[in-house]
Amino acid sequence: MTVVQIKDLTKRFGETTALQGIDLEIEPGEFVSLIGPSGCGKSTLLRIIGDLIEPTSGSSTVNGKPARQARIDRDYGIVFQDAVLYDWRTVAKNIALPLELARWDRRRRAAKVREMVDLVELTGFENHYPWQLSGGMQQRVSIARALSFDPALLLMDEPFGALDEMTRERMNMELLRIWEASGSTVVFVTHSISEAAFLSTRVVVMSPRPGRISGVISIDLPQPRTATTREEPHFFELVTEVREALHLGHDMERTPA
Amino acid sequence: MSAIALERPRARAVAVRRAVARATLFLLVLAGLWGLWEGYRWLWMREHWSWPFLVDDTSMPHLHKIFAALWAHARPGDVGPRLITILVKAAAFTAKEAAVGFALGAVLGFALGVVLAHFRVLQRGFLPWVVASQTVPILVVAPMVVVWLNPKLPTRFQDWGAVAVIAAYLTFFPVTINTIRGLQSADRRALELMRSYAAGNWRILWKLRVPAALPYIFAALKVSATASVVGAIIGELPSSIQDGLGGQIINYSQYYTTQPTGLWATNVIAAALGISFFLVVLIAERIVVRRAPENVA
Ligand SMILES: Nc1ncnc2c1ncn2[C@@H]1O[C@H](COP(=O)(O)OP(=O)(O)OP(=O)(O)O)[C@@H](O)[C@H]1O
Ligand SMILES: [Mg+2]
Repeated sequence: MTVVQIKDLTKRFGETTALQGIDLEIEPGEFVSLIGPSGCGKSTLLRIIGDLIEPTSGSSTVNGKPARQARIDRDYGIVFQDAVLYDWRTVAKNIALPLELARWDRRRRAAKVREMVDLVELTGFENHYPWQLSGGMQQRVSIARALSFDPALLLMDEPFGALDEMTRERMNMELLRIWEASGSTVVFVTHSISEAAFLSTRVVVMSPRPGRISGVISIDLPQPRTATTREEPHFFELVTEVREALHLGHDMERTPA
Repeated sequence: MSAIALERPRARAVAVRRAVARATLFLLVLAGLWGLWEGYRWLWMREHWSWPFLVDDTSMPHLHKIFAALWAHARPGDVGPRLITILVKAAAFTAKEAAVGFALGAVLGFALGVVLAHFRVLQRGFLPWVVASQTVPILVVAPMVVVWLNPKLPTRFQDWGAVAVIAAYLTFFPVTINTIRGLQSADRRALELMRSYAAGNWRILWKLRVPAALPYIFAALKVSATASVVGAIIGELPSSIQDGLGGQIINYSQYYTTQPTGLWATNVIAAALGISFFLVVLIAERIVVRRAPENVA
């Protein structure tokens, strides 16, 4: 069944049209990146999928259910640009938060937290507080928290935007490993062309004013992706393709209507 | 892990050094204040300055005389209890009133804050009245509370129960104001996260808003802790309770011209009581609020 289905979706904030005529379908197991210039509505689209805000018109479903129902059923986990950890909770307790809210019992919670801590390789830091962690470690906690209740869908809004290039590439590898291990579907917002090309099975290029989809590029690089993937000629071809699609979207904006 | 294990003895050494530094600083400040008092006294007496007030053994007794008075027997002659015994007993009595008042005020203040933060309409309607309640001088409110409340109280709470209510009256206000502010301080994104988990209002309150508000609430509790002691002492006056510090203050102000050290000694004990209330809140904060040190209000 289609995981995300968006039909003729529009979102207006007063005068600004943040999104217009969006159609998008995402199949199970896909890794879809949303890329586009600042202000083209990537975050807005992600937040509509997660029912954190409502569209002005059109529809958005997750797992065949209206977005609101999917949220209530906890069908997705979300990761923001900054980790948004609760300062007063330890790493373990932060990861356990959604499980507490889903009323898991203590023993099941502890077992799941241990599994998640291993997955994001934070063993030994369970009892640390967020402010005792580096930015990359905090972001891993927030990914573990989003994955802890096994959501079918993972929504990520520039999760590595604040990290340096090296950490970012390492986190990319970890994310791919987690994605393969968990078998979930990912919608990933990014500003980085190479990050989008490296991670995704499909890149959705967006253009601004009004925010719309200006191109979709299939990334047919073999799985699993490795460090050498970034050095392959086909990778560069795909990066160029994404870049050109981005510029095309930009030019479309320039041409008078 | 091993890095953390290695850090531990060093961390302990740092903690010890920090504690020693803090104790030294406290003693230095104490000595400085002592010196200021005695220096001021000496200068004003030598020059016979009368502004802002004439300094003599009545208006500013030697500090060591005040502390000596604490150890001396309260009545002339070497019989009867020492002053400090009497004052500590009085302080214990006042402490009971203040503690009950503080607890009452803190709980009511918090509850009111939660309700007002949750219902904006109520906040707009009620907050001005909450503020107004604090502009009425406590000296006006105290006798009324005693007169209204005392006849209705069961014998166990007679008199001191009314005083506790007066202390609560001074306690709740800062707690309410800071609870409202603190509950609204929760990060917007953290709230979205809660929404993504489909958490209800009640659980958002306890899992996010209240923990986020704790530094604010503790800041208020520190103010309230000392205010509740002042409230209890003032509350004792109109209810003509003799067993507390308020009674002792009335008593020794009558003898001030002949025996000024008595009132000063009472002041010292009252201040010590206020400080210990403050410290209890401080320690509770250390235990309860788990935050980056710089984020603790
Ligand atoms: N709550 C809001 N109220 C008013 N306008 C908003 C709101 N949220 C977003 N917008 C507007 O909608 C448009 C798209 O915003 P959005 O945050 O989705 O962009 P974005 O693609 O995520 O940009 P960035 O890459 O900088 O994060 C912008 O023009 C923005 O000003
Ligand atoms: Mg954004």
